[in-house]
Amino acid sequence: MNHLFPIFAATAYLLSFGLYVRFLGTGNRFTGRLGTLFLGLGLIGHYFALLDRSRGLHTVPYHDLYGSMSLFGWLLALTYLGLELYHRERSVAAFVLPFILVFFLAAHLAPADRLPPPPVHGMIFAFHVTLSILAYAAFALAFVLSLIFLGEERLLRSHKIGDVVWRLPPLELLDQMSRSSVLVGLISIAMGTALGFVSVDRLPGQNSFYDAKYVITLVVLALYVLYFRLARTTAWRGGRASKLCVFNFVIVVLSFTVVNLYLSHSHRYF
Amino acid sequence: MEIVLVGLNHRTAPVEVRERVSFTAEQTRRAAEELRARGILEETLVLSTCNRSEVYGVPPESSHECAPGLSTFLSEFHSVRPDILNVSLYHHYDQEAVRHLFQVAAGLDSMLLGEAEILGQVREAYRFAHEQGATGPVLNRLFQGALEVGKRVRTETELGTRPMSVASAGVKLAERIFGKLNRRRALVLGAGTISEQVVSHLRDRGIAQLQVMNRSRDRAEELANQFGGKVVGWGEWDAALQSPDVVVSSVSAEEPVLGRDIVGRAMAARGNRALFLMDLGVPRNIDPRVGELYNVYVYNTDDLSEIVQQNRNAREDEIPRAQGIVDEHVTKFLSWQASVELVGLVDALRAKMREERASFIRARLEPMKHLTETDRAHVEKLMDEMLEKLLLEPAERLRGEKELRRKIQNVEALRDLFLSNREKP
Repeated sequence: MNHLFPIFAATAYLLSFGLYVRFLGTGNRFTGRLGTLFLGLGLIGHYFALLDRSRGLHTVPYHDLYGSMSLFGWLLALTYLGLELYHRERSVAAFVLPFILVFFLAAHLAPADRLPPPPVHGMIFAFHVTLSILAYAAFALAFVLSLIFLGEERLLRSHKIGDVVWRLPPLELLDQMSRSSVLVGLISIAMGTALGFVSVDRLPGQNSFYDAKYVITLVVLALYVLYFRLARTTAWRGGRASKLCVFNFVIVVLSFTVVNLYLSHSHRYF
Repeated sequence: MEIVLVGLNHRTAPVEVRERVSFTAEQTRRAAEELRARGILEETLVLSTCNRSEVYGVPPESSHECAPGLSTFLSEFHSVRPDILNVSLYHHYDQEAVRHLFQVAAGLDSMLLGEAEILGQVREAYRFAHEQGATGPVLNRLFQGALEVGKRVRTETELGTRPMSVASAGVKLAERIFGKLNRRRALVLGAGTISEQVVSHLRDRGIAQLQVMNRSRDRAEELANQFGGKVVGWGEWDAALQSPDVVVSSVSAEEPVLGRDIVGRAMAARGNRALFLMDLGVPRNIDPRVGELYNVYVYNTDDLSEIVQQNRNAREDEIPRAQGIVDEHVTKFLSWQASVELVGLVDALRAKMREERASFIRARLEPMKHLTETDRAHVEKLMDEMLEKLLLEPAERLRGEKELRRKIQNVEALRDLFLSNREKP
């Protein structure tokens, strides 16, 4: 496998992180723009690293745990970049980049698992997995944004303004960004889940539709629909909605860990 | 190509003197014209704000020699006795004048450290002088440099980013919650000076709707008319608190006018939509327990004053960075100035050498009758080539000199050694 792309992507992400941190510290717009540029370059490098990895292993990126993590990191970066461009706000990037970096580095520093291919494959299955991972990436982003919201709100209410509050986005914008991110996640998970059922339906033989993973995915979907509805009401908008968003992500993590590893019979890492 | 600056500011002159020496636009134009007509300055620019009156110029002779004439001119122009004026005036020359202007543009010399208005005032003064034809290559370069310094300091440092008054700090905090205020509504309780200041800041931020509530309806109407708001009857809390996102209170009252029950009821009626309350009254106008309600943010005068103090400290921490930018641009300007002077010096030296060569040839070739015209022309050409060669090498070396101080010293040494005062460029 070629190491050029992973090194390029890691360097670009690291530089982007450094520039975003500097932007948060100084407010220098040029530094912020450079951070975005390097994030874009990191995304391109990361894409080719994923492609190269898949070619090397003759399988899809989400075939093993590390490939799934790398794809998750890539989609997290992509979702964040979309959100940054849409809301024209880049001061939360310094908090998101560490997650992207951790997922990218953990995935690319670890050796590839040699696993048998999954029983299901094909275009629909690929979309099912990619959209599901995109949804989880968007939920992770909403989780980070909600945590920032809660932290900033706490500082504002306790009158401990310091340096940080002047640098962070307004609470209202954080709330909007979180909702946008959840909306991306909701659309992706709804489509991904539907495609998952289609893939299973096409499998030859008897297939169970009552896997624990299906149940928890529907619970996650329901919880985020609830969040999306409540976060738009004046009574829930703000702190309460952010707390719900954090809670929802705990369920997502539960779905990733306990359900995937111990309860599900038909899912690996997504 | 020297620069002179004579002026006074809030540090050197009391307001009584500053107001007498300030320039209107018409006076600025007339002063610039007179200064050039009288031969005191070749290029002129007057910078006059409420805190400073400064005349920048390029004198025909030495800047030190022209400064007293400039002081006398200011004294005559504004009819202020010299003994009153001179104690307030400062004089800066060349490098110090450049540094002073760059510090002014950066907001480092302002009464309110890092204030933004001064850059606009410098820009306007330069535009005005330029349009009048009062500036020339030196002041053009100098003021373009100053505008660049001001812009860089504002984008690369935090000298001017944080609010420095209680009113602006409150409005900035509201922006931390709601973002842009152009779709927000505000309610102002009280119609005194403090309320007026806050309303002015809110209007600058484009607040969509403004309501004023005051015990005296006349005063409320006055403030509402001044800022395009509407009046709400005193005490109609339920109706008044339903729509605003920001409430500013500054009324004289022994007891809080907004209690927990009033705000709690209003929050329930408005579905807990976020509410930012700025309590600028002493004694406090808002019960502190109001801050315990969901989505309610209460800041009183002390909270805001503390934020202002933190911001002042943060701005002061930025001074070294801003000073670094000023120093960088002073060096850049002086380097440009030295290069321009070098070109002038080389031209003057060349002219002098040609003159010397002509008289030398006349005297020495006169007795040599055997030389033909072609021979004489050949000798002249050879001498020209030699002179060019002699000039070229030191000029190139000077041009390439990296250390600015050495470059300026060498240019000055060359000028002093080879040219008389009359011949100096």
